[in-house]
Amino acid sequence: MELFELTAYELAQKLAAREVSSREAVAAVRDRVAAVEGDVQAFLLQTWEVAEAKAAAVDERRAAGEALPPLAGVPYALKDVICTRGLRTTCGSRILERFVPPYDATVVERLGAAGTPLVGKANMDEFAMGSSTENSAFQVTRNPWDLERVPGGSSGGSAAAVAGDECFFALGSDTGGSIRQPGSMCGIVGLKPTYGRVSRYGLVAYASSLDQIGPLTKDVRDAALVLNTIAGHDPRDSTTAAVERPDFVAALDGSVAGLKAGIITELTGKGIDPGVRDCVLKAAAVLEELGVRCEEVQLPHAEYALPCYYVIAPAECSSNLARYDGVRYGHRTQQPVEDFVDMFAKSRAEGFGPEVRLRIVKGTYVLSKGYYDAFYLKALKVRTLIKRDFDRAFERFDVLLCPVAPTPAFRIGEHADDPLSLKLGDICTLPVNLAGLPALSVPCGFADGLPVGLQVLAPPFAEAALLRLAHAYEQHAGWVGRKPPLGR
Amino acid sequence: MDIVSREDVLHVAHLARLALSDEEIARLQRELNRIMEHFAELQQLDTEGVPPTSHPLPMTNVFREDEVRPSLSVDEVLQNAPDRCDEFFRVPRIVDTEA
Repeated sequence: MELFELTAYELAQKLAAREVSSREAVAAVRDRVAAVEGDVQAFLLQTWEVAEAKAAAVDERRAAGEALPPLAGVPYALKDVICTRGLRTTCGSRILERFVPPYDATVVERLGAAGTPLVGKANMDEFAMGSSTENSAFQVTRNPWDLERVPGGSSGGSAAAVAGDECFFALGSDTGGSIRQPGSMCGIVGLKPTYGRVSRYGLVAYASSLDQIGPLTKDVRDAALVLNTIAGHDPRDSTTAAVERPDFVAALDGSVAGLKAGIITELTGKGIDPGVRDCVLKAAAVLEELGVRCEEVQLPHAEYALPCYYVIAPAECSSNLARYDGVRYGHRTQQPVEDFVDMFAKSRAEGFGPEVRLRIVKGTYVLSKGYYDAFYLKALKVRTLIKRDFDRAFERFDVLLCPVAPTPAFRIGEHADDPLSLKLGDICTLPVNLAGLPALSVPCGFADGLPVGLQVLAPPFAEAALLRLAHAYEQHAGWVGRKPPLGR
Repeated sequence: MDIVSREDVLHVAHLARLALSDEEIARLQRELNRIMEHFAELQQLDTEGVPPTSHPLPMTNVFREDEVRPSLSVDEVLQNAPDRCDEFFRVPRIVDTEA
């Protein structure tokens, strides 16, 4: 097995045992990137100098006998929506094409303190708006399992980089499924933590009541390891919860027998590709073998999650993206302008891509006078109904199960003529963000030769139980560790 | 018949400070009329007496002591300025005109 094929945990063990150095690990992924990145195009920016400097520092500390954090020396990538001091951060948009943040996001500070070398910033749908990474202003990222297909989105670059062994783990962000869906399409683990579990300070905001940062990893243990490092209350993000943070890795062990899993009827029926449904139901059967009782459960308002999300998210985005006015940072128009407003209007029109412009306009519309009550307020009430469905379901069940996406990865360009059809693919993931729950995607098989993920949902702040069940499933089911035929 | 008119689109574009081409206006008009379909779906639900959820976590205002803490330097703040003039961001003159 090549060094770059190891999981983060396996590498960490070798580093701790001094079998390998962090510099060697960085060199291994650097060679791997050189070999496959021409095809995958996962990265918008590669940061080898930064990575090598960090790796060297960690190796020195280890050689001096210092006790190091578990992830020290393990190379990783960041979705380009997360601010890195001194390193260009574009959000996949021309409006931030030359933006260099003067500060690190909290998660970057935490990973830096943990000694992890950053190898690059990963491609994404512009401002995290999209489900295929095709909305990036810069490049198309390809799925390592089939280079003619999308890696999913909006964290497609992060997912492709991990699936292609171009880094040992990555961070993405998830507003409507943007970690879980690319995780599923690329055959890796993607975890969206509970809203408030991980600080959003330094995460460029799309929809502030829905966004969360989370890990994309080669297996569930790695996700637990990363969550241990990035989770926690942050005074600089007042939406982080002051809750206890258990050791998510320690929580992995232990039997799952006796747990109850609810298979969500509304999300496993019509509209789901039969191959996907098959994988999900087989996964439930594996859980039954482990002593988990699986039954059907209904979420009566699940079908309203799509319209609800596509009112709330654009509304919040229109507010969050108002800051891109060309005054203090970002693109400013070079065209002659009549006045201030003209400067804003031209800068924004030039800098934002079509999907972003559409969502801003939608959001502005639903918040405008005369429509606010009918649209936005109504959607917030529907959101309550969706959340209540989950509360009721979790009275009877420890976790819920459903697909991550209705289909495996589709072809690049397949949805170009009908963006609405692309959004329909989000039906399984959106309800989770509306309710603020933790959920993950774990590989559960293949359909037409393409990876399929099982989605597991848990009550707020129940990541320990979620990860334990997903870990038990993964170890028993045998899909973990499959690699795409990339660079072979 | 379209519920969302071209004028509606122009109004919203102005609110959002977005300059739009004619094709874009037409495209956005189409998409906004589609959003009316979403609205119709949501209208199906009885939400009488249901409180709105703006945040998934029960949250109240988070305060801290009003103490001065370190922040970014002026240079750091200005380092991405499209047009910097000493300690200022330079912008087009604010003309005394209807905005």
